[in-house]
Amino acid sequence: MMSDFPEGQELEQFIKRRRQKGLIWRSLFLLATTLGVLVLMVLLLTILNKTLGYVAVRYRMEPDELVVALYRTIMLDASQTQTLANPADLTRGLAADPDGVGIMARADFEATGQGLRVVPITDLSLQGVVVVVSEANTWLTDLTSLELMRLFTIATTWSELRPEWPQRPIHRWLPPASSPALHAFIAQVYGEDPRTQPTEALVAMLAMHLSPGAMRQIMAEKPLSARTHEDFYQLLVDRVMEPTILETWSFSESILNRKAIQARVAAMPDARLEFRRWITWDFITSPQSSRPEFAGVRTAILGSLWVVFITLLFAIPVGIGAAIYLEEYGSGGWLDQLIESNINNLAGVPSIIYGMLGLAVFVRALEPLTSGSLFGLVDPATSNGRTVLSAGLTLGLLILPLIIINAREAIRAVPQAFREASLGLGATQWQTIWSHVLPNALPGILTGSILAISRAFGETAPLVVVGASTAIFLDPHGPFSKFTVLPIQIYQWTSRPQAAFQNLAAAAIIVLLALLLVMNGLAVYLRHKYRRTY
Amino acid sequence: MMNTSSPYVIETQDLNVFYGDFHAVKNVQLRIEKHKITALIGPSGCGKSTVLRCFNRMNDFIPTARIQGRVLFHGKNIYDPDVDPVQVRRRIGMVFQKPNPFPKSIYDNVAWGAKINGFRGDLDQLVEESLRRAALWDEVKDKLDANGYSLSGGQQQRLCIARALAVKPEVILMDEPTSALDPIASLRIEELMVQLAEEYTIIVVTHNMQQAARVSDYTAFFTVDEHRTGYLEEFGPTPEIFTTPKSRITEDYITGRFG
Repeated sequence: MMSDFPEGQELEQFIKRRRQKGLIWRSLFLLATTLGVLVLMVLLLTILNKTLGYVAVRYRMEPDELVVALYRTIMLDASQTQTLANPADLTRGLAADPDGVGIMARADFEATGQGLRVVPITDLSLQGVVVVVSEANTWLTDLTSLELMRLFTIATTWSELRPEWPQRPIHRWLPPASSPALHAFIAQVYGEDPRTQPTEALVAMLAMHLSPGAMRQIMAEKPLSARTHEDFYQLLVDRVMEPTILETWSFSESILNRKAIQARVAAMPDARLEFRRWITWDFITSPQSSRPEFAGVRTAILGSLWVVFITLLFAIPVGIGAAIYLEEYGSGGWLDQLIESNINNLAGVPSIIYGMLGLAVFVRALEPLTSGSLFGLVDPATSNGRTVLSAGLTLGLLILPLIIINAREAIRAVPQAFREASLGLGATQWQTIWSHVLPNALPGILTGSILAISRAFGETAPLVVVGASTAIFLDPHGPFSKFTVLPIQIYQWTSRPQAAFQNLAAAAIIVLLALLLVMNGLAVYLRHKYRRTY
Repeated sequence: MMNTSSPYVIETQDLNVFYGDFHAVKNVQLRIEKHKITALIGPSGCGKSTVLRCFNRMNDFIPTARIQGRVLFHGKNIYDPDVDPVQVRRRIGMVFQKPNPFPKSIYDNVAWGAKINGFRGDLDQLVEESLRRAALWDEVKDKLDANGYSLSGGQQQRLCIARALAVKPEVILMDEPTSALDPIASLRIEELMVQLAEEYTIIVVTHNMQQAARVSDYTAFFTVDEHRTGYLEEFGPTPEIFTTPKSRITEDYITGRFG
């Protein structure tokens, strides 16, 4: 009997063909997913690549020279110290002086060092330089690095270092100030990074390199006793070291072309090669600056936070209120439907249009209000509506439809059964909304609102129109401040010609992404924490 | 709104319900006696739930619903403009088809209705008394802080009954209260209904004819006409409806020939 359906061999083939078709689609979807993830990874890596890497820096005063200069001065000024340019003279003099101690290049010691012996340092191995004493010296068999530091600076008699040593003055024999041996000794014993020096040393370095007038000015700004170690270090960087970034390389370039970069920097006069991390705590806490070495994102982060705070204050209550009205009270009549379709359309309006609206309404028409001159906070003659308040309200308008739509969704998801149960007990409609609808819709409302806020956080175009300033060096301090925000700051940095600003932009992008990630993470956490129990 | 001279707690006169243009129920005349169980039965779509919801004005929340005729509660029409539906619902409680406790603790589920209605007495005592009347106290007395949804389906339905009892209603409307429950849990609810009828007037919509026969004192049989409009075909004491129905349609339905 003939069947209308395929049978036997034909059936097997037919099923196989159907399966193959499914397999093709499945592979395509997998490909799409992989592609998406890959593109995102590439994007992220490209940005991260710029946040680390070599930089060529030119200092007016190099950091290690700063340290060496300080200790050289202290050592040469110590009592009973003499400098001899000729190693043979130094050897002769020291060999005849049992109370003496000296510093020599290792090569010089090996060439001329008769009558001297090397003093071993127990916790430090000196490279290229040795500490020497006369063979007639009977007590100095070893030294710790701490004793060594004091030996050439503040100690005056041997017994100050160890009580069992003779109570006679120390005679110090040093090579001249310009000798490489002294430089090497200081760098190894006292260190070469100013950051690791004690605060007193930093103050001394400042005093050495700044005029007395400049020091008085610094003290007048803020007394020395009120300043921290970090303050002094920053002063040294700003006023003494004064680094200039000549060229920057990305992380991948730094790894792959290391030799070429080193050769290139070696050819630049006075340039040093440093490995720099662009995202540092300093970067986050420093205000905006026109010099990339010192620029940070604090101004922009604070600006973003202020703007988003205003946005939140305006959009959340209004949005949730509108959602409650439309869902719970609205009768679904033609007016409600008109409002509803308007809201849905507004959610799709390009953000630049909101910027134009904000410019016309908040910056221009409501200028007395948004500039603060209405409250007498600003002189009306110079007042300007391009403030945090205008920007916050503009972004508030922008995300209002999103918040309304999300909140309505969340309210609609509350089972009708709860409303009926509540009303059936004799509750009024408001009691029902307050006690049952809102608590159960809250996680959804919060999640939607946080996502809307993070959209506002990343928004750029409307703020350009409303007038976020690109060069703000003062932190915003209230709703009537001028402001800049992170995305604008990034945009501004990327448009600068100097290479270092590109790295700063990349670092700022990472900061922005991290902040957005925190907010989205919060949304996920809230959704998980208040997930439904019914 | 109390008028104790009438022997009936609830009485409908020419009750018609419309959903927009659709005539859902027509000309219903019902008299509900005090401290009796009245069952509303009939095939799907016959409007029995719609009629039940007219008794405490739950249809108010359906924007297209419209009521004609009168629903008298102790002789006073609850659809008169001077009647506040909130007060009606306090006196006429409701239990729904699917157990719907609030996602709160067992204690709060029972206490909430009393709180919003301005209860001034001892709340703990009220909660215990309501749970005892709903035959749930022994099962939950050690876990009053547990979420209402941690209970089984049958327990959840008894919790909903306790919640309704806590605002001291006179009438309890039950909309297919056992249709979402297993047979054992259903039986417990039925026993409970019989007990509650000593103090409350109960109106129950049910699809289960044995249930109507077992628990109710009066049965109202609804069916639909050719326009799919529901109407009351026959109303009388339950034994009469089930043994000697006057109407042929009722008999066909009771004996399982349709519906």
